[in-house]
Amino acid sequence: MPELSHDFEHAAVKALGNQQLRTNFRRVMTGLMNKRAAQFPDPDELQALRSRGKSIKDRALAKLPDLLVQLEQNLIANGIQVHWAESVDEGNRIILDILRKANAKSLIKGKSMVSEEMHFNHFLEENNIRALESDLGEYIIQLAGEGPSHIVMPAIHKNKGEIGKLFQEKIDGQGYTDDPDELTAAARRVLRQMFANADAGFSGVNFAAADTGSLVLMSNEGNGRMSTHLPSMHIALMGIEKVIERLEDVGPLISLACRSATGQPITTYVNVISGPRKAGEKDGPKEVHLVILDNGRTRIYDDPQLREGLRCIRCAACMNHCPVYTRIGGHAYQYTYPGPIGEILNPQMQGIEKAGDVLHASSLCGRCAEVCPVKIPLVDLIVRLRRESIRPSADAVKGGGSRKSGMENVIWFGWKTMYANPLFYRWGTWWLRKIGNLMPAGLPLLKQWTSVRSKPQFASRSIYDLARERGIRDE
Amino acid sequence: MSNARSAILERLRKAPKKPVPDLAPWSPYKTTTEQPLDRFRRLMGAVKGEIIDTKRADLAETLRKVLADKQAKNLLYAPNTEIGRTIDAAWATEPGPQLVAYDKPMEELKSLMINDIDAGITSTMGAIADTGSLIVWPSAEEPRLMSLVPPIHIAVLEASKMYDSFSEAVGKLGWNKKPPGNTLLISGPSKTADIEGILCFGVHGPKQLVIILITD
Repeated sequence: MPELSHDFEHAAVKALGNQQLRTNFRRVMTGLMNKRAAQFPDPDELQALRSRGKSIKDRALAKLPDLLVQLEQNLIANGIQVHWAESVDEGNRIILDILRKANAKSLIKGKSMVSEEMHFNHFLEENNIRALESDLGEYIIQLAGEGPSHIVMPAIHKNKGEIGKLFQEKIDGQGYTDDPDELTAAARRVLRQMFANADAGFSGVNFAAADTGSLVLMSNEGNGRMSTHLPSMHIALMGIEKVIERLEDVGPLISLACRSATGQPITTYVNVISGPRKAGEKDGPKEVHLVILDNGRTRIYDDPQLREGLRCIRCAACMNHCPVYTRIGGHAYQYTYPGPIGEILNPQMQGIEKAGDVLHASSLCGRCAEVCPVKIPLVDLIVRLRRESIRPSADAVKGGGSRKSGMENVIWFGWKTMYANPLFYRWGTWWLRKIGNLMPAGLPLLKQWTSVRSKPQFASRSIYDLARERGIRDE
Repeated sequence: MSNARSAILERLRKAPKKPVPDLAPWSPYKTTTEQPLDRFRRLMGAVKGEIIDTKRADLAETLRKVLADKQAKNLLYAPNTEIGRTIDAAWATEPGPQLVAYDKPMEELKSLMINDIDAGITSTMGAIADTGSLIVWPSAEEPRLMSLVPPIHIAVLEASKMYDSFSEAVGKLGWNKKPPGNTLLISGPSKTADIEGILCFGVHGPKQLVIILITD
C-alpha cells in the first residue's frame, strides 16, 4: 500500500486538477449509470425488488447473533472451519497461522474488500508469504503498487495506455500494447501458472447462507473459482454482516447487486461453496476456512440508525452516481471504501478524528440513497455522522466530538442568535447593508470563503423594506 | 471457543433490539409473454454463450461437429457419466479428438489441464430463464474443474429442465437441503471490464461456452 496522507481536502484538490483521471472516471461512471438504468425499465419492479432486498438484510441484521451461530454450526457440519476475529490484527494473525501450519508460502487471491480493509497483502509480505491478486483490476493495481479506486472496478482510474506500459515494465517478455484483449490475455497467461502453483487460495464472500452453511461468491472473470478450487486450501474472509437467513434469498440480492453494479442481469459465475473436497472427489480444496471479522462492525450495529449502513451489499452504485466521487475518483477518499458508503464506513471504522473529513465529500444531493439497492439512507447517515463529529451522542462513534472547533461554535452561536431574534436580525442585516460592501474579501475568516467564491454584493435595501414599501404586510 | 467469538456475539446480543420485519412482497420472475427457453436463448446469446440444438440420439455427432468447428485437439470428459459413456461408445466406432478422462485426483492432472486441454464437457442440472444461467453441480464423477479450466466449456442442457427463476430452482432441486460441496450458476464465458470498462471475454475461466441443447 502506498503511504496515504490522510488529508482528504488536499487529495481532492489534487485529483480535481488531474484531467486524465477526471476523464477516465467521467466516461466509465456515465457508462455504468446508463447500464444500470437499462436494467431497471420497470420502476414498480425495481421498487418491489429494493424493498425485498432491504427486508432480507433487515431480517438478517435483526437476528444477526443467532444467524452467525447457525451459520457456524452448518459450516462446521459441512466440514468448513470457522474462525472469529475482533480486529484487523487478529484477523491477519489467524490467517497467517493457518498458512504457517500448512507450510504455505504463496497465496492466490480472489477479490476481497475486507482484505483491503486489513492491509492483508502488506502484512503477508512482511511475513514472507507472497499474496498475488488474481482479479484483473486488483492484479493491475498490485503491479502498480496502488490501492483500489473503486470497490467493483479497482483499476478504473487507469487507462489502457497506462496499463500497457505497466505490463511491459512488470511482466517478463511482455511488449507494449494498449489492446484490452491482448492485455487481458497477458494477465491470463501469468495468473494461470499462479493458480496451479499457489499453496493456498483466498477469497471474500458476497453472501453467507445460514440455512445451508454456504458461502456465495460472485465473479465475472472466473478468478474467484480458480482461487477457491485449484489450490489445496481455501481461506475465505467476511465481515459479520454478510450472513443471510436462506440460500433462496440470494436470488433477489444477486439480481439487485449485479444490475446495480455493472448493469448485467447476473455475474458470469455464482459460486456456492458448501464444503471442502470430500472422500472420493477428485478436486476442490482439502481444507476450507472462514474468518469472520468484526473490525468496528459491532459498534456500528449498536446504534439503531447507523446499523442501516450494514445492509450494504457492496455494489458501488452509490459511488457510480455520486457527483463528488465521479470528479475526484476513489483514491482521494484515503481509506478502503470510497464514495458515499465510504463516507459512512471509514469514519466509523477508523474513528472520526482520523477519517472524519470525508464526511464533507457530499453535497447531500441524495442520488446515492435513491439508487441504493437496499435502501440505505446514505444522506441521513452522513448528516448524522457530521453531527456526531461535533456533538457526540453517548459513545456511538469512535472519535465522536473530535471535530469540534471553538471558532465554529462561536460562529454558529452568533448565527443562531441573530436568526432566532428579530431585533438582532434587523440590527445585523442593517449593519451588513451599510458596511458589507466595504469589507475587503481578504479579511480573516472571510478569506477562506472568498478564496473559492466571489464575495456577495449586499443590496442597500433589504427585501423586507422593499416589500413593506409596496404595501405587503408582515404576517 | 475463542474470546473473539464470545465477545462479538455478546456485543451483538447487548445491542438494542429491532423487530424482525416480514419479507417485503416480491415475486420471482415468471414466464408471461416470452417463453422461458426463448428468454434463456436471448440472455445467453447476449453474453456470447453459443447454443446448438440437437436430439438426444445425435449428441455424440453434435459434439464431434463442435470440436471440429473449434479445432479442439482434445476433450476432458467424465467417463463414468451418461454423457461419458455416450462419448466412449461413439469414439469406439469412429475415433475423434483425443479423450482425456478426469478419473484421478486433480494433483495428477493439474499441469495437463492448465496447459494442454482445449475443451471440457459437463452435464447441467438445468437452466434459469430469468437470468440466462446454467445450473452446474460438480460431483465426484464430474469434478469442479471440468467447467472451469479448459478454454472451451461444452455444457449439455436438456430443454425440459428449464426453471423460471433461481427461487424455483432452489425449491425444485432441493438446493437448500444439504447441497454438494460446490454448486454454481454459469452465465456465459468468463469476462471482464476492468480495463476502461471495455468488455473482454476469456479472462481466467473458459473463453467460449457452447451449450448443446437436447430438445427431445
